[in-house]
Amino acid sequence: MAAALPLAVLLLLLLGPVGGGHAEPPRDTLREELVITPLPSGDVAATFQFRTRWDSDLQREEGERITLEKDNCHLLVSHYRLFPKALGQLISKYSLRELHLSFTQGFWRTRYWGPPFLQAPSGAELWVWFQDTVTDVDKSWKELSNVLSGIFCASLNFIDSTNTVTPTASFKPLGLANGTDHSFLRYAVLPREVVCTENLTPWKKLLPCSSKAGLSVLLKADRLFHTSYHSQAVHIRPVCRNTRCTSISWELRQTLSVVYDAFVTGQGKKDWSLFRMFSRTLTEPCPLASESRVYVDITSYHQDNETLEVSPPPTTTYQDVTLGTLKTYAVYDLLDTAVINNSRNLNLQLKWKSPPATGALNRGLVFAEAPPVPFLYAQRYVSGYGLHNGELNTLLYNTHPYRAFPVLVLDTVPWYLRLYVHTLTITAKGKENKPTSRPPAVLLAPVGEPHIPTARLPLLSPSVLSALVPSVVAAKPVDWEESPLFKSLYPVSDSSSYFVRLYTEPLLVNLPTPDFSMPYNVICLTCTVVAVCYGSFYNLLTRTFHIEEPSTGGLAKWLANLIRRARGVPPL
Amino acid sequence: MAAPGAAATDLEVVRGKRAALFFAAVAILLGLPLWWKTTETYRAPLPYSQISGLNALQLRLTVPVTVVFTQESVPLDDQEKLPFTVVHEREIPLKYKMKIKCRFQKAYRRALKHEEEALSLGSVQEAETTLAEPREEAEGSLTVYVISENSSLLPQDMMSYIGPERTAVVRGFTHREAFNIVGRRVIQVAQAMSLTEDVLAAALADHLPEDKWSSDKRRPLKSSLGYEITFSLLNPDPKSHDVHWDIEGAVRRYVQPFLSALSAAGNFSVDSQILYYAVLGVNPRFDPASSSYYLAAHSLPHVINPVESRLGSSAASLYPVLNFLLYVPELAHSPLYIQDKDGAPVATNAFHSPRWGGIMVYNVDPKAYNASELPVRVEVDMVRVMEVFLAQLRLLFGIAQPQMPLKCLFSGPKSEGLTTWELDRLLWARSVENVATATTTLTSLAQLLGKISNIVIKDDVASEVYRAVAAVQKAAEELASGRLASAFIASQEAVTSSERAFFDPSLLHLLYFPDDQKFAIYIPLFLPMAVPILLSLVRIFLETRKSWKKPEKID
Repeated sequence: MAAALPLAVLLLLLLGPVGGGHAEPPRDTLREELVITPLPSGDVAATFQFRTRWDSDLQREEGERITLEKDNCHLLVSHYRLFPKALGQLISKYSLRELHLSFTQGFWRTRYWGPPFLQAPSGAELWVWFQDTVTDVDKSWKELSNVLSGIFCASLNFIDSTNTVTPTASFKPLGLANGTDHSFLRYAVLPREVVCTENLTPWKKLLPCSSKAGLSVLLKADRLFHTSYHSQAVHIRPVCRNTRCTSISWELRQTLSVVYDAFVTGQGKKDWSLFRMFSRTLTEPCPLASESRVYVDITSYHQDNETLEVSPPPTTTYQDVTLGTLKTYAVYDLLDTAVINNSRNLNLQLKWKSPPATGALNRGLVFAEAPPVPFLYAQRYVSGYGLHNGELNTLLYNTHPYRAFPVLVLDTVPWYLRLYVHTLTITAKGKENKPTSRPPAVLLAPVGEPHIPTARLPLLSPSVLSALVPSVVAAKPVDWEESPLFKSLYPVSDSSSYFVRLYTEPLLVNLPTPDFSMPYNVICLTCTVVAVCYGSFYNLLTRTFHIEEPSTGGLAKWLANLIRRARGVPPL
Repeated sequence: MAAPGAAATDLEVVRGKRAALFFAAVAILLGLPLWWKTTETYRAPLPYSQISGLNALQLRLTVPVTVVFTQESVPLDDQEKLPFTVVHEREIPLKYKMKIKCRFQKAYRRALKHEEEALSLGSVQEAETTLAEPREEAEGSLTVYVISENSSLLPQDMMSYIGPERTAVVRGFTHREAFNIVGRRVIQVAQAMSLTEDVLAAALADHLPEDKWSSDKRRPLKSSLGYEITFSLLNPDPKSHDVHWDIEGAVRRYVQPFLSALSAAGNFSVDSQILYYAVLGVNPRFDPASSSYYLAAHSLPHVINPVESRLGSSAASLYPVLNFLLYVPELAHSPLYIQDKDGAPVATNAFHSPRWGGIMVYNVDPKAYNASELPVRVEVDMVRVMEVFLAQLRLLFGIAQPQMPLKCLFSGPKSEGLTTWELDRLLWARSVENVATATTTLTSLAQLLGKISNIVIKDDVASEVYRAVAAVQKAAEELASGRLASAFIASQEAVTSSERAFFDPSLLHLLYFPDDQKFAIYIPLFLPMAVPILLSLVRIFLETRKSWKKPEKID
């Protein structure tokens, strides 16, 4: 693009009526949220969520191709405002119903950090629901993963038939859906994908305010990747436009979670501030956002013998049951001019005070009853050795005092790792259950994929555990569209429970792998054998053999005669 | 030694010899061909000679021109000679391997009754609409009406008129050499309406050596099956400007009629987006005299690249993308003007970059700031914007203003912004470009396949090549016979087929199969087999020569 020319020609060719700009209500909205949660282990988790809602029926508009009067020529027209064009084009081109893509570096330790808002497996995960109008789902899936690989600068193009599965039970549409035909679902995990800045930059570019204003100014790559856990995701799903659900809107959620090791970076103190975590402070809300809030989890527990204090003091607090526990959040609304105007920027700080003080100090603190022990967590490891004695173990822990809950386990096993399903044992409360006896608490759905082997991967994908976990605190049903936090992504019919999806660690399994020189060795060996056989056969057929009279004389004969003479035997 | 024993040994020796010879024969007659056949790369036959013949192809572009004479246009005795046909052919001097000849086939005839009536109407526009009604003209053809020398159809100082459709009007000449002079005028008009050197030179810009024709500014968009047009509104300062544009209405009203007129040249899709906080890559300079900011002409190339990263790739198709950016400068840098090379502000405040798109700077009316607090609501005047963008779109497609003959009245385009003959001219240019592209692709494919013998040529690749060659030839034929529409379709097919053959992934399957590895596999097999056979052949040869020499010695 070297040349640029000033345009000097102006054509007065527009005879159409002059269109006055008429104001219409914006058809898309943006809401941004940041939730900061001090974790029980002393780390700090920060979760960003940017929600873009677009009141447009992409697929239907695509259907109404504008037919021109002159011959049957079609012109495709689409207009984007806050919703990124790159993703909007994908939805209409590949007839997507839902798209969920996450890139994660590190592993969320549910046991120590508690249940996450949104969990994602290490590496890249992509799962997509296609519209039921798609005829060749596999082809669309292949093309889509290649296009996404280009958009997000990731190796998603390595998704092929060997690592794609079609789960039949574990995954349900998260958005509006009528009918769930699992043949339109594709799921793939690339556990080896390394997530870095080059994946974050295109992700940030999709944000309407880029990284120039609002919460997104905090997204500085060098700090975000200097963490023990980094997960960024894109979720697209159709949602109801209004309460009666007469038409649909598209919702794009861009989420990013990071866990800062506050102990190590803070010289043994659990205190943190926005500036210390992100090396930035908040200065202005994104002018395009209709909601821009920061939530700080200030729930405190009796056992800790510690209290925390946030500054500046929050104007409001928000209490809600999140993932089964009653939590209290300090809310900072960036659109409220008072929040930023006082000091021109907002640098949230949290300090821990060791002695429990009288009521004066801990203003805005609410004491909950129990420490956040996750009701369900899982662990997986490899034991034994070799193909025959190797074992894969998945441990599920239920810490709920009295409830049992159904769990779906999805395990993606590469084709070259042969599992003997008859050796599957399920042990619960010390008793062994055979899978045939249909254990009461565990529903197992082994996924066998009849694929033609074409590639090799030394990593096992993480297992996915999905469970409906009852909540201890009975919460009032909240309008799922309006609730601010992340729990709304998983719809549950029962308001007293919540849906949990857990990912275990990816496993590294040692397999006897052939040496790459083996084919060459085989060729050489075969050739040598052929040559030796052929050589002797050839000699046998072409040589003539005749008996030769031994010649008289020679050293041997003289020696023999010498010996013979000494023995008194007649010489030869 | 006993005689029977010696005879038996001789027999053995002969049998051994025979066995060795038989081994050699089997190895050479059966083994070698079998090995050759089973290890050869499959290479379907390709029409190499035809492909090399394409380079020497002569493109003859025939423009059928119907010249209609009204009663008083030429002397009476000349009129008696009608109808007849005159062919005007000339070579277009381009430094290109193909010879391109331009041929105007003028069919002279007398005007029919309704044509006479129409041409005697008051104004040329009226006459045109009356004439246009019953006819349906083929693409690429032209009709020129010759009216009497002192007809009042045209203004007195005008010699000719070019209409928005495929018609033109030329003043006649009542003199002895009438046909010659009228013929020359007709050619002038027809050239302006169809084929001129610069149009073809611009179309072949990629294939010509660097010279005055192929300078960057003449380079129109490459021919393609379709195009994606993206309108982007860049609002770098959403805190101060709340910009609204009625792009839906503008596209419906202005862009769609234009594109539907252009639909013969390809498929189009139109997108629009709004990008916030997207800034130009260049800091504008402040001009204290006018207290405004300006972008100098030399800094314009640096404007595009930083913006482009925000525009987003087109994920949905492989067609080339044309970007049209409307930039509303931030409050701190407004008003912003674009300066041309002489330092004067450009009237349209816009510029375009060939094969990429155009950028227009839209300054917010300064009065808006006084009235209300920030952000100021800005309603974009889409008529102003679309005028510029459509003009740029025409330039990007290479639809430039033709060189009008002297004293020629030009009616201007219809409401959609494109005359029918401009579209024809575009199709001529595109057809020639497509033929040239397909020929180049086929030639380089043939060269590549000839050079690298490892490439597998599958049957479907070969059939694409055959199809492309046939399509190029068909396009050339159709061009020569003046059927533009089918020529254009054939040329498009030629490009599609040739590109499909060229980019077929199966060509690369065995490309990395170096010779040293091949020999590493073959030598362990062939050396032990070949050495005994060769040795016994040598021995047999030596023995036979000895036995031939022996009798000579006896003699």
